[in-house]
Amino acid sequence: MSESFHIVVCAGIVPDPLQTLEPTTGPNGPGVKNEMLLPAVLDPWAASALYEAANLAAQRPGSRVWLVSLGPKAKLQQLMMTVAQKASFELVPIDGPIGGFTDAHATAATIADAIAAIPELDRTKLLLLGGWESATRGAGITLQLVGERLGIVDQFQGVDQIDSRDGGSFEVLERVEGGKHQVSVCAGAPAVLGWATGNLAEPRNNPQVGMANMRTIMPALQKAKSVPLATNGLRYISVSLPSQQRTTRVVKDLAADEIARELVEWIEAE
Amino acid sequence: MESILVLAHSDETGEQLSKGSLEAVTAGRELAAQLGATLTVGIVCGVSDNLAESLSSVGARLLVVSGEALAQPRYATDAAACEAICRSAQPAIILAPHSSRFARVMAAVAYRMHGFIDTHITAIGRTDRVEATRWFYRQRMEAVVTRESRPWFLLLDSGTHAVYAGEAAPVQVEQIAIDVPASRTTVLGTRSPEHGAILAGTADDGSSQRWETIRPDAKLLFVAGAGWTKKQPDGRIHVAEAGELILQFVRASGASLGSSKSLVDQGGDGIPVLPFLTHLNQVGQTGSTPRHPKGLATCCHGEEPHVVGWRFIGERRAISLDPNCGWARGKADVVYVADAFQVMERVNALLGAQVSCGVPGGIS
Repeated sequence: MSESFHIVVCAGIVPDPLQTLEPTTGPNGPGVKNEMLLPAVLDPWAASALYEAANLAAQRPGSRVWLVSLGPKAKLQQLMMTVAQKASFELVPIDGPIGGFTDAHATAATIADAIAAIPELDRTKLLLLGGWESATRGAGITLQLVGERLGIVDQFQGVDQIDSRDGGSFEVLERVEGGKHQVSVCAGAPAVLGWATGNLAEPRNNPQVGMANMRTIMPALQKAKSVPLATNGLRYISVSLPSQQRTTRVVKDLAADEIARELVEWIEAE
Repeated sequence: MESILVLAHSDETGEQLSKGSLEAVTAGRELAAQLGATLTVGIVCGVSDNLAESLSSVGARLLVVSGEALAQPRYATDAAACEAICRSAQPAIILAPHSSRFARVMAAVAYRMHGFIDTHITAIGRTDRVEATRWFYRQRMEAVVTRESRPWFLLLDSGTHAVYAGEAAPVQVEQIAIDVPASRTTVLGTRSPEHGAILAGTADDGSSQRWETIRPDAKLLFVAGAGWTKKQPDGRIHVAEAGELILQFVRASGASLGSSKSLVDQGGDGIPVLPFLTHLNQVGQTGSTPRHPKGLATCCHGEEPHVVGWRFIGERRAISLDPNCGWARGKADVVYVADAFQVMERVNALLGAQVSCGVPGGIS
């Protein structure tokens, strides 16, 4: 188990799931109303990837972790105040637009260029991690496109677990249909792993880790390049909120027997 | 004139096309008819014997890439196979099922073909151009998109189109040979989560079944929330009893078993949990968004991050002790303010669920 990995985690910024979202149209196309002002979190599945990366790096001495994130610089800085306390990493920030309505192909091209430009990154040791889908666009293609652009032909999506083996190989569990996992063994890096939930709980905030991370995060943020994203011919005809309000019948003071009878009738009705 | 390619793959048995693939065939036929376009169906499979016969009446050119290396899903081989079919068909629009197999590779295939891809498509429409409908922000916003550039790949969500069913007959297929790329990935097979043993049982017809996680074909989604593991009126926690009630119901009703994130996450916090629930059961923001005609939530608050996973559930009912829970605020059709333990015990009795499910006690 002596082989080390160079782990690059791709993670975006998403609105806190508890926020109410409303679409709006601006000069650059659709967006979320007041998205810059909404509380934000690290994309949940990508956050799982970051925790798994930190765990893997801890098992493999000599491993390094980079976090590549595309978003408005100010928002990235704000988010890093908490994320930096969760795991040790070096930030590769890309100053770009926020939101899920940008084109995934343009996003992938930008991220792939940023990864290729990381000094000291050994591509033969590269494990490219991220969420298998984002909580914004949710397309599940960005990480795959980044991997393809970097020439990585061992890719896994919906990953819930990897087990390192001697010699650098690892076993991967990927979510497939029917509530099952596909089990594969990959000979080793380079590989792409799009994480689902995984098995690790969110690490507690560690101010010491945060302080150490911030020494490199702040200079990196100051140097972050601003990148426009091409639309690649993607055009939005409409963006709307679904009609989701139902007329709810709240049933109080009904005996459990009566409720059960009503439920069984409802379940058995065609 | 646009040309349409439908990419399809075999199902887990390898003996027939997957359900999602047959849905994509339906979508392809409809779109080709609307556009007056030519239709090609490309199949990726291990063994092609008779696999294409079910498409004999589709009226499409049939291309097949088969071989032992394609018997199992794998990025390098599947991408090479799909790329070969695309290069042969040279389509403008490519439709494919959003299955785990094709979702793993299709963006890469689009990149290799200098095309673009949009996924999780729920509808395809046409005015003076082809338009695709998909959701953003985890089913919170619905958008209609279009692209001028071609080739345009569209991955279709399952359950959005009818399964193509045509008469099976011998057909002429064109085999495409590919150089199987060297792969460093060995697929060992599939594995059910360890908790699956608890959920294994015997169906009414005598066949063995498993009820773990979301079952797309079930008519009912049953969701267990964190309330099942909270203190009950007697001041104690009844996790084993909760597990027994839930499993009895799932077996008796044939429901799909879902969970809220908060219940699944409790295991990591040292709180007693139901051992048969994992993140695979999770419905919502960081879980699945299943499609069922009906859904029943129990002991769940109905907060937005969970309810976004109910976007495609038809009729919704909930059992909750809180009359002001999220479900009561326009997210369910009926909310029963009641003790789920009592109600589900009686529901199970009415459904005839008598057999003990053997949930281990003292779980923590």
